[in-house]
Amino acid sequence: MSVDLIGCMGSLLALRDVDARYGQVQALRRLSLTVDEGEIVAILGANGAGKTTTLRAISHTVTRTGTLEFAGRSLGRRGPESTARLGIAHVPEGRGTFAELTVGENLRLGAYARRGSLRDDFRRVFTYFPWLEKRSSQQAGTLSGGEQQMLALARAVMQRPKLLLLDEPSLGLAPLVISEVFRIVRELNQREGTAVLLVEQNARISLATASRAYVLEVGSVAYEGTSDDLASRDAIRTSYLGY
Amino acid sequence: MTAISLFQRTTWRPSSSWIVPLAILGGVVFLVIGSLRSSLFAQQTVSGLANGGVYASLAVALVLIYRATEVINFAQGAIATFTTYIAWQLIDWGLTYWLAFACTLGIAFAGGFALELVAIRPVERRGNVLTVVIASIGLLILVEGAIGWIWGNQVKFMPAPFPARIYHLGGVAFSLQDLGTIAISIASVFVLWLFFQFTKIGLAMRAAAVRPAAARLVGIRVSWMLSLGWGLAAMLGAVAGMLAAASPSVLLQPSMMDGILIYAFAAAVVGGLESPAGAVIGALAIGVLLNLLGSYVSWVTPQLLLPAAFVLMLAVLLVKPSGLFGRTRVRRV
Repeated sequence: MSVDLIGCMGSLLALRDVDARYGQVQALRRLSLTVDEGEIVAILGANGAGKTTTLRAISHTVTRTGTLEFAGRSLGRRGPESTARLGIAHVPEGRGTFAELTVGENLRLGAYARRGSLRDDFRRVFTYFPWLEKRSSQQAGTLSGGEQQMLALARAVMQRPKLLLLDEPSLGLAPLVISEVFRIVRELNQREGTAVLLVEQNARISLATASRAYVLEVGSVAYEGTSDDLASRDAIRTSYLGY
Repeated sequence: MTAISLFQRTTWRPSSSWIVPLAILGGVVFLVIGSLRSSLFAQQTVSGLANGGVYASLAVALVLIYRATEVINFAQGAIATFTTYIAWQLIDWGLTYWLAFACTLGIAFAGGFALELVAIRPVERRGNVLTVVIASIGLLILVEGAIGWIWGNQVKFMPAPFPARIYHLGGVAFSLQDLGTIAISIASVFVLWLFFQFTKIGLAMRAAAVRPAAARLVGIRVSWMLSLGWGLAAMLGAVAGMLAAASPSVLLQPSMMDGILIYAFAAAVVGGLESPAGAVIGALAIGVLLNLLGSYVSWVTPQLLLPAAFVLMLAVLLVKPSGLFGRTRVRRV
């Protein structure tokens, strides 16, 4: 066996001492975290703690330094395109659907990096999102906010990712829609074994969904632990999770 | 509460005004009635459509690049002239017209692709939209200079692709040249539309144009899509250049496309700058209008045609500031 890979063998995703900055502002300081295969991990923290930046550091949509590994390969210099091709689907905040294109075209774009027939993928997506089938020629920009979030998720499913990066999927959605979104995320995780790294303001629902969580504070990890552990510690709950 | 939800509804909406279809229908009815009543009018309409076809190819090339980068490529006309010289050279070396035509399309694609890579991409990476516009103006001067340097500044004679035959239909004389020009320009734009609508790369190019950041997240190499767009635009420009040079009223010289580029620009603006269909309709309208003005209004001299195109452009923008097919963008505040 070669030199132990930074002591994180077996992890699907491993970040070690990652720094990221927007111009002069340092957003991440020596951040380290891991996501194991088939695991749902939540990132919690106040506004500006670096939650979104963590996801951006992984998909390389922000300048960053440090060690980032995915499935045993370095993410270091890969751009967002080739990171996506490795099997990381990033659903950004504000959904990132192609509003000008149709629902069907959005889904086809999810499978862009792959060759071959998409029939099975469409069938798979329609088992999770049955309503999408009838709407495939509708312009994505005319969908409601909740529907667009579902479409973004469906497009990520078309990517057949090993790891799903979800940024604030509950943002601006009605409570019923939020629980529907999270139900689908759990189902995806159980049926396909997709690992999920979840950034959420809503600590309650993300701890209920994730098995482990990291709490960020000014760009680095302040606490980490299992969801039950974090939820039961009153100090953390009141100061970081706000409930 | 309602105000907020209203705003969210309108952040993106297609133009759904009834003025545009009505105006187009009115124009078509006017042309048809005029053509039925007078054979001269019919002839002028058809040759106006032929001019419009040339403008349309170039206008769609401008729209292609504008949609992807929000930049008007001022060098588009010069590049088209350059590729037309290549076609002339190939024919001069003994190729048949259509073989030279096909080769030129291939060369134009490769050339446009390479030009984006060498001249635009480094500038774009460093600067903003304005820097790219300046670079394209520099490219215009450079390419026209290169034409003069390689082929000299004397006028060349490009052979016409169609025999100089005239068809008579109920007293109206149609030249095969005009009909062929209309057919080829419309067909090339149509093939491009099929490409964008029904191929995977075409879809990826559209995605990269509207949402580059999201496109990268699904694995689309956006910068290559831009190069491809430049290649396709250069191809369309080559079609426009070769068709223009075949017309008896246009001479093959380094500045051949300068005037045509301005008409194409006016057409693209009339159509809304983001809509290929709008650019085609705008181009055909300008072609026909100018030809009819030139032959029916005695005081409109050829020198006045360019201002006339701009008057049309202004008139359209006054009624519909986003152009005939432009999207109204409402920003959420």
